[in-house]
Parts: sequence; structure tokens; C-alpha cells
Amino acid sequence: MAGLAGARLAAFLILLALIVAAPFVVYPVFVMQAMSFALVALGFNLLLGYVGLLSLGHAAFFGLGAYVGAFCAKSLGSGPELAILAGTASGAAVGLVVGFLAIRRQGIYFAMITLALAEMVRFFCLEAPFTHGEDGIQPIPRGRALGALALHHDFAMYWFVAVAFVLGFLLLYRIIHSPFGQVLKAIRESETRAISLGYRVESYKLLAFVLSAGFAGAGGALEALVTRIATLSGVDAAMSAQIVLMVLLGGMGTVFGPVVGALIVVAMQTYLATLGSWVSVIQGGIFIVCVLAFRRGVVGEIAARLRLAL
Amino acid sequence: MGISRRTLITAAAAAATPLPRLAARAAAPTLKIGVLSDMSGPYRDIGGPTAVACVQQAIADFGDKGWTVDVVSGDHQNKPDVGTAIVARWYDREGVDLVIDCPNSAVGLAVANVAKEKNKAYINSNSASSLLTGKDCNANTIHWTYDTYMLGKSTGGAMVKAGGKTWFFITADYTFGHLLRDQTAMFVKAEGGKVLGNVNYPFPQTTDFSSYLVQAQASGAQVLGLANAGKDTVNSVKQAHEFGVNKKMRIAGLLVFLNDVHGMGLEIAQGLILTESFYWDMNDRTRAFTKRVLPRTPNNYPSMGQAGDYSGTLHFLKAVHDMGVPAAKKSGADIIARMKKIPTDDDAYGKAYIREDGRFMCPAYLFRVKTPAESKKPWDYYTLLGTTPAAEAFMSPKVEGCPLMKA
Repeated sequence: MAGLAGARLAAFLILLALIVAAPFVVYPVFVMQAMSFALVALGFNLLLGYVGLLSLGHAAFFGLGAYVGAFCAKSLGSGPELAILAGTASGAAVGLVVGFLAIRRQGIYFAMITLALAEMVRFFCLEAPFTHGEDGIQPIPRGRALGALALHHDFAMYWFVAVAFVLGFLLLYRIIHSPFGQVLKAIRESETRAISLGYRVESYKLLAFVLSAGFAGAGGALEALVTRIATLSGVDAAMSAQIVLMVLLGGMGTVFGPVVGALIVVAMQTYLATLGSWVSVIQGGIFIVCVLAFRRGVVGEIAARLRLAL
Repeated sequence: MGISRRTLITAAAAAATPLPRLAARAAAPTLKIGVLSDMSGPYRDIGGPTAVACVQQAIADFGDKGWTVDVVSGDHQNKPDVGTAIVARWYDREGVDLVIDCPNSAVGLAVANVAKEKNKAYINSNSASSLLTGKDCNANTIHWTYDTYMLGKSTGGAMVKAGGKTWFFITADYTFGHLLRDQTAMFVKAEGGKVLGNVNYPFPQTTDFSSYLVQAQASGAQVLGLANAGKDTVNSVKQAHEFGVNKKMRIAGLLVFLNDVHGMGLEIAQGLILTESFYWDMNDRTRAFTKRVLPRTPNNYPSMGQAGDYSGTLHFLKAVHDMGVPAAKKSGADIIARMKKIPTDDDAYGKAYIREDGRFMCPAYLFRVKTPAESKKPWDYYTLLGTTPAAEAFMSPKVEGCPLMKA
């Protein structure tokens, strides 16, 4: 991959090695969930870390992607690739509508518009018959990758998810380091300056929003295939907050931060599940510590200490 | 991570345990039971820690047969995705052989799918949905205790016979509420009654039922049917009391547990008509069971779901003993099949049996909640009004459409 060099190349290779080794050491379903959420967090980071837009509505794209992917796989009998593509497309399509309205405002107003529209999506999902309300869509058949490889077994599914994650990661890396990505960073640093340089800032913001929503939709569909269930928790406001938490905890504006953040948050949910709703309290506590003590996030702090770009 | 943590705990246990006992334990095969429940939300009192206590009581009553039984518990937070994640990990990684309890129909149905996929055993003793033995039934699942059909038939049918001909429903707007309302309405109509109206309220965020209660009162119906559960039922009954609705209409709680009555207090709950399949003060055996289990759960008497956990666990252990632990650990479907073959007998539910579709067949009891003056001792809340025999209390397998019955 062009442009992936130095510390980042080394980090990427370590990441690859960890992905290959992980299913032999830890519970594969946990790693698969972490990778699905990492895709969502990566997309969210594009918006928050590189354009500086804080969306509180990403659960809408995530949850809708999960529902649409689940519906394709279960009711239409499509393969897992098509299900993920459909999830991505639905996330991006709703992202286009939400983004179109939201990018007209900045800061807290932007965040509130995304939150309000996401609540509308949640209500739609509660009432629409195809989501089966509280029951959710279940059990979702994982189907066969490329029409041949049966994904029923967790181990096979693991490699499918790993490939999807690595492809998504590289795509995002490419986006961030393209001229388009440079413009996004310019907008983050000074919007008025970008406008004065002749960039149509709104189009860039909208495209970034749609891309970010698409990643959330893809992650949602992938997560639904992994857990074989798509439910209302996916479109809940708490999910939006979790996505924000992942990116902040890992380090916004870093390439690897969202991946680490997703891993930490999913690990907390998996291994602290016996504590029940205390998980939310612990998450809140960690969030406070993170904001007070290491504001750059885990990866951001490491990168700053070692003077590396990660 | 999971492995290292477990190894650590085992090592700690080894250090703390005298050697001879360790050797004996290592040789004995171990079964593991996972109690999946609501440990922190609206269904905590009807499942929760008391469910765990009942499972432990069943293990104690079963006695030592040369193998050990461990109990783990988890909180599904009333979210199907959280519930399935916990259960999948239990089955995959932690060697859990049976998952039990599981209030909330949405989670209950989701877990049934996981049990089938992993070929493990699952006893649902605390969800209402009749779909568990209907179109969503499978060979790894037994539905203990009660279901929406039985509640509708017992409470709905009895109310109409007692003169409550016209009904108005207040329904929790999700699958469980709809199912409970529709099946009750079916019996109301079958007995010659009429449904005058229905209002759905948003679940789970509703706490103010006043506008729905006013609509119910304005309908002129004789009976107010509450198609909801847990804290929603408690809230709607309390508010009906405040508005004086209970003076003009008779209130039928379609799913009310002993613990809900305790939470409302007799002053408010008195006169409520409801159905359970277990009541602690029913006979000598139920009293004996309750007396044994109470030290484990002193502040919360078991209601039907928790008694079902006891009854289900005991029967599961009998079936495992019958077929041998190694065979039982291999296939959940085999254990369930064995459980269906042997008739059940325990202090909580007496003699009963499990139907081919996975339906535990017990009688349904119709109760009236006592007035404060009638109640003579702690938790003395119910007067028995009538009994529906097991064979009539549940939907005919021909109608419910369970794929297992066609084979």
C-alpha cells in the first residue's frame, strides 16, 4: 500500500499479526465484534478526527446497516457480501439525508441535529414491521462467502470478518491520505480559510459524512452477521455514545486509535458482562479518567510520547 | 484472556483447598448451569437473585450423586443482543450445559436460537411468548411455567364467565404485549364477551398511564385488561387506584406475579384477578419447598417463574443422572429428549410432564388478591378461585404450528 511506511507500516504489520494469532488465543466472537466496531469507529474518526464534526447520531447508520444486512441475509437469502454492501448502502443513503441537513450548522447544533434525526430512525425501526420490534431480526444465517465457503462455523467467519476489516482499514487509510483527506484536514484547521482558498467546503463535509455513515452501516451489517441478531440496541442513543467513546478512548485523529478504542470498549462489555448495568457506570468512569488524564487517547498518548505518527 | 483468568482462579482455588478434596473434585465430572436473568431492571424481582437461589436449592435437594454442579449467572439487561452474547460465550467458552430462567420474551426467543445452534440445553421458565413452543420451537428448548395462551385463557375466560362481558385493553406496544392482548381477546370473544377498545402505550419508557386510564374509563367497559408486566403493571394498577378506575371497572392483570403484588401492597392490589401456575401457600409440598429456599432469598418469596427454575433444574439433573454425565455433556438435544420421556415430580409443581413440543404441562390457577383484613401472615396474598387442568391450559400442538410436532 502506497504511503504506508515507517512507524505506521510497523504498526500495521503488528495489527495483522495480532489478527492472525487472535482466534487461537481468545474467543473469536469477541475479536470479530471488536473488528466490526472498529470499522464503525474508523468511519466515525474520519468525521470527528479529520473534519472536526461530532455526530451523536451514528447509531442510526450502524443500526440501520445491521437491520438491512440482516433482512437481506434472512428474508432475501442474499450472500454475506451482498448483505454487507446493502448495509453499507443504506447507512450511506440515510447519511446523505442526515448529513445534508446537519452540515449546515456547526458545533453543538450539528450534534443536536444528528441526535434528533437518529432518534427518528430509532422510532422508525421500532415501528417498522420488518425489524420485528423488540424481538429483532434473528437468527440471521451467515450464508456462504463468495457462494462457496460456509461461514456457519465461528472460525470460518473469523477470516471473513478479518478480510473485510483489513480492506476497510486500508480503504480508510487511502481516503485520509488522499488529496480529499488533505482538504478535510484543512477544513478542520480553519473552515474560513478553506473557503477562501476556493474549496466548496459543504460538499467535502457532506461526502465525509456519507463515507462515515457508510462505514457505520458496513460495521453494523458485519456485526449482525457475527452475532446473528439485529436489535433495537443498535439504533439506540447509547450506541452513538459508545461509538464516540471508542474514538476518544483510542485517540481521535490517529489511524490506529479507533481500532484500539473499539477493542477496549468491546472487551469491557464482554468480560464485564456479569456486572450487568454496572458496565455503563464503569464506562462512564473510564471516559472521565480519559478526558481528564490522557486527552489524546491511548494511541494518541503513545504516539506523542514516542514522537511517532500512528 | 478468558483462559488466563480462569487458570488464575483455578490456581487460587487449588491453593486454598486441602489436597485430598481437590483430588476428589478433579475426578468428578462437572456440570454447569447458567442463570440468565434480569438482575438490575424491571424483572429483577420475578427472576434475578431469587432465580439463582431456586436453582441452587434444586442442586442441594438433588444431592451429591458423584458429580458436581456449578452455577453462574448473568444480566441480560432486557436486551436480546446482550443476552445472546452472554449465552453464546457460556456455551462456547465456559462449558455451560444448561441456560435457565430468562424473563423477557424477546431475549427468551433469541436464546432459544443460540441453544439450538450450539446444541445445548435451554429451559425458559420466565418468558411469556407462546411462540417458544409454537413456530419458534426447537428440540433444545423447554418452556416451563406459563405462556400467553394460558394466561389469556385462565384470566380472560374466567372473567367473562364471572360476568365481565365488555373489555378495554391497555397494551405494552411490543410483541409480548400484542400477543398477550390478542390471545386474551380471543378467549373473551369465545366466551361471548366483547372488546370495546384498546390503547397501545410506548414500551419501555411509559410511567404515566393517566391518559390511557381515562380512555379506558370513558369506554364504559366492565373489565380493564392490562396486557403488560413488571413495573408497568404495578404503575398502571397504582394509578388506576388513584383515579378510582377500580371502583367502576374490574382490573384483570394478565401477567402479575406474587412479587408485583408485594410491590403494590394489598391496599392497592386487593381484588385483582390474576393467574399463576405456582403459589407458595398452595399445599404442604409448596410450603415445604418455600421453607427450604427462603434462607437463600429471605426478602423475596419465589413466584411461579422462580419455582419453575427450581422444578426445571431438578428435572434436568434427574435426566442427566439417568443418561450419565458424559453422554449428557455431548448433546443438549439428547438431554431435552430424555427430560421429555421422564415424568416430572417435585415439591414446587407436583407431578407433571413435558409435551413433545417442549411445553411443560402444569395446571393454571386463577387467584384473587386478598384484602388487607384477609391476609394473616407475611406474603399471604392469594385466594384460589379456580383451576384449569394442564391439558386445557395450553394451546393444542395442532394449532400452535411447532415444526417438531409434524415430524
